[in-house]
This record gives sequence, structure tokens and C-alpha cells, in this order.
Amino acid sequence: MVIDWANFTPMSSALGGALIGLAALLLYLFNGRIMGASGILGQALAELTQPVEGSRLGWRVIFLFSMLAGPTLYLFVTGQEVARQQVAASPAMLALAGLIVGIGTGLGSGCTSGHGICGLARFSKRSLAAVLVFMAFGFLTVFAMRLVGGQ
Amino acid sequence: MSLLLSLITGALFGLGLAIAGMLNPAKVIGFLDITGNWDPSLAFVMGAGLVVNLIGWQIARRRTQPIFERRFHLPQANQIDRRLLVGAALFGIGWGLAGLCPGPAITSLAFLDSEAFIFFIAMAAGLLVSRRIFIKN
Repeated sequence: MVIDWANFTPMSSALGGALIGLAALLLYLFNGRIMGASGILGQALAELTQPVEGSRLGWRVIFLFSMLAGPTLYLFVTGQEVARQQVAASPAMLALAGLIVGIGTGLGSGCTSGHGICGLARFSKRSLAAVLVFMAFGFLTVFAMRLVGGQ
Repeated sequence: MSLLLSLITGALFGLGLAIAGMLNPAKVIGFLDITGNWDPSLAFVMGAGLVVNLIGWQIARRRTQPIFERRFHLPQANQIDRRLLVGAALFGIGWGLAGLCPGPAITSLAFLDSEAFIFFIAMAAGLLVSRRIFIKN
């Protein structure tokens, strides 16, 4: 292992993480909801495609759309565009990765925000197991891609 | 009031992802590249997010109900089952392939480019399909 000091951004990453944590804290304390991106999106999509009685679609749609303000707010706060560089080699690879992420977070009832930030904070053993497993498979996948790609 | 709070927290989440560097797939892969040239930054995202949320959880657990709503909605499941582990493993693989997890995938739609849309639509389809299978069981 070699530390990539050139790209290491502990301050901004911790600040961003603290804001994500603050958002999760406020959503739970005021609205009683867990801030999990895959859960909120999945439930919104399920209710959109198959309307249910007593639907609670409103807050989820508002939450999801307001997330789109992120890059604009970033520009407003820092005066810079968000740095962004894709790594998926092709549109097919992007679609495959997206499909697997969707199936996986649907089956596993959560993602980096729901299990990683919210679940761990309330000492959920399910979330701890999920985080350890998805981290391990993330590391393994990048390692495997490195071998295949010969980078 | 609770809808206004949803609006504020969604925007805060999106801004946090941008500042943290989570909207940049190359940076996420740099974090997952533990055997190569490792960029540990994203450990600071989760660490800081957790610390803030730990405080929040200690405040929330003393309350019987949230401030704007009638009750706290918590996941009912408490067993580590095969579905959870298989799902998490699949998610890890997809995350490692493209460097995008669901939050950044949603926020990235704001960039209005084809990469963001392709990933999001595939992810939405996967979410719907897996939820349908789960509900049938």
C-alpha cells in the first residue's frame, strides 16, 4: 500500500462528511426518518410504479430533488466547479455497475448513507455487517479491475 | 414544516457529497484502491459523518417522538441474514466498478450528462426489481 498524498483531502472530506452527518441527524430528529439514499429512492420508485394507500411520497420526492442542488451550492460556496472524472470504461460498464448497485442495495436494504452513516451510529449489527461486506467487496473489485486492466 | 426540512436536509446532503469528493468517481476508486495508490480521504467522510450522527442518536433516543412527526421510523429487521450479506456484496462490486454509490448517483443527475443518466436508470431498475423479488418472498 502506498498513500496517494497528492489527492489526499482530509479537511474537505471530513467537512463534507460532517455535513452529510448533520443532514442525517436533522432528518431523523425532526422527521423521524433514516437518511438512506437507496431506501428513499427505492421506496419513492416503488410507490410511483404501484400506488399504495397512505402513501408518503411527498417528502421523498422533495428530498431527492433537493439533493440535485449539491453541485450548484458547491459552486456558490467555493466558487469552483465540482471535480469529476469517470472511471467506468464504457456506457455498458456504467449500466452494469448501476444495475448491480441497485439490486445490491435493494436486497441489502441500504447503502453507504443508510448503513454506513445512520446504521453504524445507532449500533445496528446488520449495518455493521453490511458495511464490512460492501467495503471488502469494493476493495476486492478495484483490486481485480487493476489485475484485469494491468494498471 | 417536515417537507421544508426534507428540502433542507436533501440540499445539505448533496452539498456534503460535493465537498467530500464523493461526486468524483475517480476519487472513490482511489479510496477503494487499498492495494495500490491509496487515497484515504473517504474514510474521513464516513468518520466525520458518524461522529456527528452519534451525537444526534444520543439526543434522539431520549425523545419519544420526532419534532415534526408522530413517530420515529426505524428498520424492523434485526437479524443478519443471507439477503443482507449477498446484497451488500453485490453493492460493493458495483461500487468498485464505477465509483458511484446511490447518493452520489442521484446528485450527479444535476450534471445532466449521459454517464449520470445511464448509471441512475440502471440503478433505479435494479432497485425496483430487487424490491419486487423481496416483496414476493
